[in-house]
Amino acid sequence: MTKRSARKIRWSFFVFFVPVFLWLFLMIVMPQIELLRMSFVGTDFYGESGFTLGHYAAFFTEPIYWLTFVRTAGYALLVTFVVLLIALPVSFFITKVADLKVTGFLMVLILVPFWVSELVRVYGWMILLRESGVLNKLLVALGILKQPVEMLYNDVTMVMGLVYTTMLFMIVPIVSVMESLDDSFIEAAHDLGAKKLTIWRTIIIPYCMPGIMSGSIIVFMLVLGSYLTPNLMGGKNSIWFTEQIYNQMIIYFNWNQGAAFGFLLLLLSSILIWVALKITGQDWRKVIK
Amino acid sequence: MQAALSVEKLTKKFGEFTAVNGVSFDVEDGKFFSILGPSGCGKTTLLRMIAGFYEPTEGLIRIRDEDMTAVEPNKRPVNLVFQHLALFPMMNVYENIAFGLKRRRESDSRIKEKVGSILERVGLPEHSKKKIDQLSGGQKQRIAIARCLVLEPSVLLLDEPLGALDAKLREHMKIELKKLQSMVGTTFVYITHDQSEAMVMSDHVAVMNAGQFEQIGTPQDLYHNPNSSFVAQFVGNNNKLPVKVHKDEGGAFLARYLDGKDYQVDGTPDLSEGDEYDMFIRPEAVLINPSTSQSIPNTMNCDVKAILFDGGNSQLLVIPEGADQELIVTLPQNKQFDDIKAKDTIRIGWNPGTAVCFPKTELKIYDEA
Ligand SMILES: Nc1ncnc2c1ncn2[C@@H]1O[C@H](COP(=O)(O)OP(=O)(O)O)[C@@H](O)[C@H]1O
Ligand SMILES: [Mg+2]
Repeated sequence: MTKRSARKIRWSFFVFFVPVFLWLFLMIVMPQIELLRMSFVGTDFYGESGFTLGHYAAFFTEPIYWLTFVRTAGYALLVTFVVLLIALPVSFFITKVADLKVTGFLMVLILVPFWVSELVRVYGWMILLRESGVLNKLLVALGILKQPVEMLYNDVTMVMGLVYTTMLFMIVPIVSVMESLDDSFIEAAHDLGAKKLTIWRTIIIPYCMPGIMSGSIIVFMLVLGSYLTPNLMGGKNSIWFTEQIYNQMIIYFNWNQGAAFGFLLLLLSSILIWVALKITGQDWRKVIK
Repeated sequence: MQAALSVEKLTKKFGEFTAVNGVSFDVEDGKFFSILGPSGCGKTTLLRMIAGFYEPTEGLIRIRDEDMTAVEPNKRPVNLVFQHLALFPMMNVYENIAFGLKRRRESDSRIKEKVGSILERVGLPEHSKKKIDQLSGGQKQRIAIARCLVLEPSVLLLDEPLGALDAKLREHMKIELKKLQSMVGTTFVYITHDQSEAMVMSDHVAVMNAGQFEQIGTPQDLYHNPNSSFVAQFVGNNNKLPVKVHKDEGGAFLARYLDGKDYQVDGTPDLSEGDEYDMFIRPEAVLINPSTSQSIPNTMNCDVKAILFDGGNSQLLVIPEGADQELIVTLPQNKQFDDIKAKDTIRIGWNPGTAVCFPKTELKIYDEA
């Protein structure tokens, strides 16, 4: 390579790199650093501010905080699992059963809900499910229900809402892996004596594991960090961890505590994902691809 | 002898299109049976019906005298070696071979023993821990076959398993496969579009064309006594000479070729006078510059167009005088014909018994190999 073309490459590198770098640095890294700093700053009895681990300690000493996290993580796991359970057969249908024309249509069907903002979507659900909502009216009119029941504000509805809003993020990675699964693998397994369930267990799921793991991580993180759906649809006496952060920052105006919670959320969810990857024996490099 | 596999009037239609049309055959226990035909003639469809992946539109499949109609693929005593092998990439060699045994819930120690012995048989005893993508093409081949053989199927079905290999390895694997089959004694049903594979390995060959069987026979049978124009062209090499048949004063048939000369025919009995035929002469049946002492009745003069040197498979490309057609003549490499050069004129001859005639067809054979 000549010197000149080497310089040219360096130029174009900077032209593309600098804006991306600035954007990343100013909009993402800087605020995070500031939040990280804040999470370690506390005001003592005399109003002097200084370094403290108190905000982090509070998470572990106050059961309300860590219990909220455990509950949130538990529900996130549950949602991830339910989403996976639905996404696997749906992806199989899209990639292996339906013919090409139907496949495109199905993908559009799965995508359409995401053209609407989350807020509008959740309100849509509320109109449908509330006591004076469409579904109740219909059921009463049909005589199935004597009087309307409140279907909102409980955890089942919330889980259903979260499953619905995150489904796409599971289906897309699984479909992309499953497309490359040669039909003859399935037939060969069948030929060698495997039943349908065995084929799923021994061939399809192991083959799709990278897609399953990346989909699961995305869904898990999305649910863990989601705010609108659990708060608008969830039960009154149960609280999501993001709500704790919101409360600290906006209601108690304790940004330092909120920042600490934010980082704890990041840290703990990363640990959970790392553990999950270790248990399933997946290589994170493959999963990210 | 008992028939390991018996197929009766098997037909498969995809909508209006008939992929397999009324095929019947029996395969004796322990034999190597090949189905030979050009791409798209319905071989895979036929095999998939036997394996149970397609339901026949009509007809009956029996394995060891048991009707297979209502039997699912995972319950049939046949196994299929897929065209692209379909070795499971997420498992190693051992797990691949053990897959079927595990489905039968055999004990771990039995599985270990069986996998070990089959790996021994296919000559890859050290490879059980290898990943599939660490194997060479020929090794994958053998593992795919071992994965089926370990289940001791009544019939092993193979769908062009050598198609993906390069030519040298294919030659080698042909012989390997034949040896393996005679060693294990399992009945093989092998499909291929490559006539040389079918000829070298098989006890019996069925030649298939457009969904139907043209002829079933031993390789020698098909080569020496083809019963249709298609078989004559597809099995081995052949020169196809358009001729018109008439009778001489003695009542014997003569074939008039493009050069206006008459040649004796006696290979084919039921010719009818005045009709157009294709006369087939194998390149290896043609003699170059036959001496008069050999008393060959059919001779013609030809111009040598080119010498196609290929060691033991060398050939001459010649054009008969007075005809506008290229013929292929085998050129034996025994130093006798080393002085023949392009543009020379030579005499060629053949015995009437080595030529066969079939009614004229516009049939085109394509052979991708
Ligand atoms: N599932 C199918 N649906 C419709 N047509 C098919 C199907 N499978 C095969 N065919 C057609 O049947 C014919 C025979 O195919 P195949 O059995 O694969 O041939 P071969 O294996 O001899 O190359 C082809 O013309 C092919 O297009
Ligand atoms: Mg085929």
